[in-house]
Amino acid sequence: MADSGSAPARSRGNLPPLQLHVPEPRFRPGDQVDYSHIVVPPAGAQTRPDETCDPIETKPLCVDLIRVLDDEHRAVGPWDPKLDPETLRRMLRSMALTRAFDDRLYRSQRQGKTSFYMKSTGEEAISIATAFALDREDMVFPSYRQQGILIARGYPLVEMVNQIYSNRADKLKGRQLPVMYSARDYGFFTISGNLATQYPQAVGWAMASAIKGDTRIATAFVGEGSSAEGDFHAAMTFAAVYNAPVVLNIVNNQWAISSFSGFAGAERATFAARAEGYGIAGLRVDGNDILAVYAAMQWAADRARANGGPTLIEHFTYRAEGHSTSDDPSAYRSVQEREEWPLGDPITRLMRHLIALGEWSEDQHAAMDREVAEEVKAATKQAEKNGILGHGMHHPFHTMFEDVFEELPWHLEEQADQAIRERRTKFPDWKPEVPESRS
Amino acid sequence: MIEEEPVSLADAPARALNMIEAINEALDITMARDPDVVILGEDVGYFGGVFRATAGLQKKYGKHRVFDSPINECGIVGAAVGMAAYGLRPVPEIQFADYIYPGLDQLVSEAARMRYRSAGEFTASMTIRSPFGGGIFGGQTHSQSPEALFTHVAGLKTVIPSTPHDAKGLLIAAIEDNDPVIFFEPKRIYNGPFDGYYDNPSKTWKAHPGGQVPEGYYKIPLGKARVVREGSAMTVLAYGTMIHVAEAVLAQKGVDAEIIDLRTLVPLDIETVQASVEKTGKCLVIHEATRTSGFGAELSALVQERCFYHLEAPVERVTGFDTPYPHSLEWAYFPGPVRIGEAVDRLLKD
Repeated sequence: MADSGSAPARSRGNLPPLQLHVPEPRFRPGDQVDYSHIVVPPAGAQTRPDETCDPIETKPLCVDLIRVLDDEHRAVGPWDPKLDPETLRRMLRSMALTRAFDDRLYRSQRQGKTSFYMKSTGEEAISIATAFALDREDMVFPSYRQQGILIARGYPLVEMVNQIYSNRADKLKGRQLPVMYSARDYGFFTISGNLATQYPQAVGWAMASAIKGDTRIATAFVGEGSSAEGDFHAAMTFAAVYNAPVVLNIVNNQWAISSFSGFAGAERATFAARAEGYGIAGLRVDGNDILAVYAAMQWAADRARANGGPTLIEHFTYRAEGHSTSDDPSAYRSVQEREEWPLGDPITRLMRHLIALGEWSEDQHAAMDREVAEEVKAATKQAEKNGILGHGMHHPFHTMFEDVFEELPWHLEEQADQAIRERRTKFPDWKPEVPESRS
Repeated sequence: MIEEEPVSLADAPARALNMIEAINEALDITMARDPDVVILGEDVGYFGGVFRATAGLQKKYGKHRVFDSPINECGIVGAAVGMAAYGLRPVPEIQFADYIYPGLDQLVSEAARMRYRSAGEFTASMTIRSPFGGGIFGGQTHSQSPEALFTHVAGLKTVIPSTPHDAKGLLIAAIEDNDPVIFFEPKRIYNGPFDGYYDNPSKTWKAHPGGQVPEGYYKIPLGKARVVREGSAMTVLAYGTMIHVAEAVLAQKGVDAEIIDLRTLVPLDIETVQASVEKTGKCLVIHEATRTSGFGAELSALVQERCFYHLEAPVERVTGFDTPYPHSLEWAYFPGPVRIGEAVDRLLKD
């Protein structure tokens, strides 16, 4: 065995020891934040290729940052979507409503009305621009932080709160963790807790649309953290192979719970740059510039609709709040990060743009903020009439066993009987509610 | 011609097909009936599949309905889930059951729960076909029987045929079912029944009654077992290849056993199982899959719970050993005639 024909062992004495690189964010709690390493190119400086271009033509845009709103709050450059002021005001209101909704439902969780909530503060532009740039019939495969799409598409706030409270009016019958909405009629695919699974599903949906000769497209969202999942690679490969009419989005908000974007590979390349290796068009966009996001989404949607194929968009933004109500970001990042973030706040930036256009005022803005807060408050009050989590006003008991399959098999019938028996033992006066579907 | 029950098919024109031909015919028929049925998987398109199950279908139905996929099981299943959400009825193929694991998250977390978590807004009406089981010198990664991983998942149906006749009827029923179905095809018996006597010349389906496949459209309902032979000495619960091994062993030993082909593992035909064990008082469970936490454990527990006072002996389990599937020692691993014979003897002694 000694003389197996392999090369003779050579001296390794001069080789340096190998070192494992474990990424470390620049700032930890207490650190002074200095964002000078983030390159923020001037607005309007990015070229806009034709929507049907070869994917390789988008390569420069994968490392640049598409921006429309400049430092004087003007919309400039070839990516300016030239939206009318009324549309801009509607977008502003949708963003404000989303933020007001987040703020109130966050408090509801703290008040014990529900178990869990996730805000999207600072990322509203991405959701709202998506809803405005796509057709209502286009299917969105969201992650858990695109509630703004539902809000912008006019989904009733009270239905959202019912879901968050898991009450007896919850359309998902109290089965799902709060914020895991499903709204087929609003083109909003059922949210899963398993990260990135919606990515290949969106591609499959888009493939189906192409198989049937439809004109609808799909779009999917992941955070930069979950772009590390294998499903991301599966989706990109399938999207490229079948030229699927899909827009794949990475919301790069710098943080995946406590892990900074370096753990998803951000130290080596932008997330948009992943597009090139798959032969997919890629765009990197200022995620806090709603006009830039709108323009990028519209470009990608037009490309998909023209059978130009898929686009990957990286939305460069910042997760301004904790990951969820179960998270305390001050344990792993500097509190200064949010205030120093070089791309500002998406609502403030659109507000200043509208004011600069002479189409809005600080007073109107303050009035709008009061209005949306009232609207959210009214929705929560109405939803509370249907119950809050753990206060007994839930869906009929038997519904727990329904929809596992189309029909209840014998073993679920038996288990449903058992659950009802247990309930009677615990509460002797209790009578099983008859679900509407079975009455 | 629409026949619902296999018994009523006695008069239907039939001819001998092997299991691959029967599966191919089931796919052809459902594709002709429903324009939303699409097939995707590795090598299933132009080539017609490594086992020929999809031969000729791309030519007949076009590349939009039968197409090759990248080698990515997560993508195959994930894309199929998205297609089903759109409203298609995809029939993805996983080339070997041993390679279904990269698609497991999509199956367990997504397809199985789609209806439940969306309260019926979205469904995953899809049938995942995959060759499974050993007996072909397939070694560790071409022989596995992972059915227990799927029977454990709420929201999935698991179906395993044992004859060409059943394969066609069950596959048509699975594709038309509105729930996600895992359809495992015992590849050892694609070309003929296998009785476990591996030194004997291989048989074809021509001489076997299960190889007589009616023409046209028929369904075998999911959730209904088949009584392969009636008997009184003991109840044998099995599926797939092991049906034929059990039949041969019990015939050779001259035991008047009642052999039940479960056909669908979830939802299980508990009535047929229970009635049989209450009649015979003894139960033998056979599967190729490894023993610990295998589907046999569930069967054994159900029989014990429901037939306890009728049992005259402990429920016996004959299974593969708790090892990865070996290559050279395949026939020492496979639950063949000797292992089954020993269990039968133990049951008869009690």
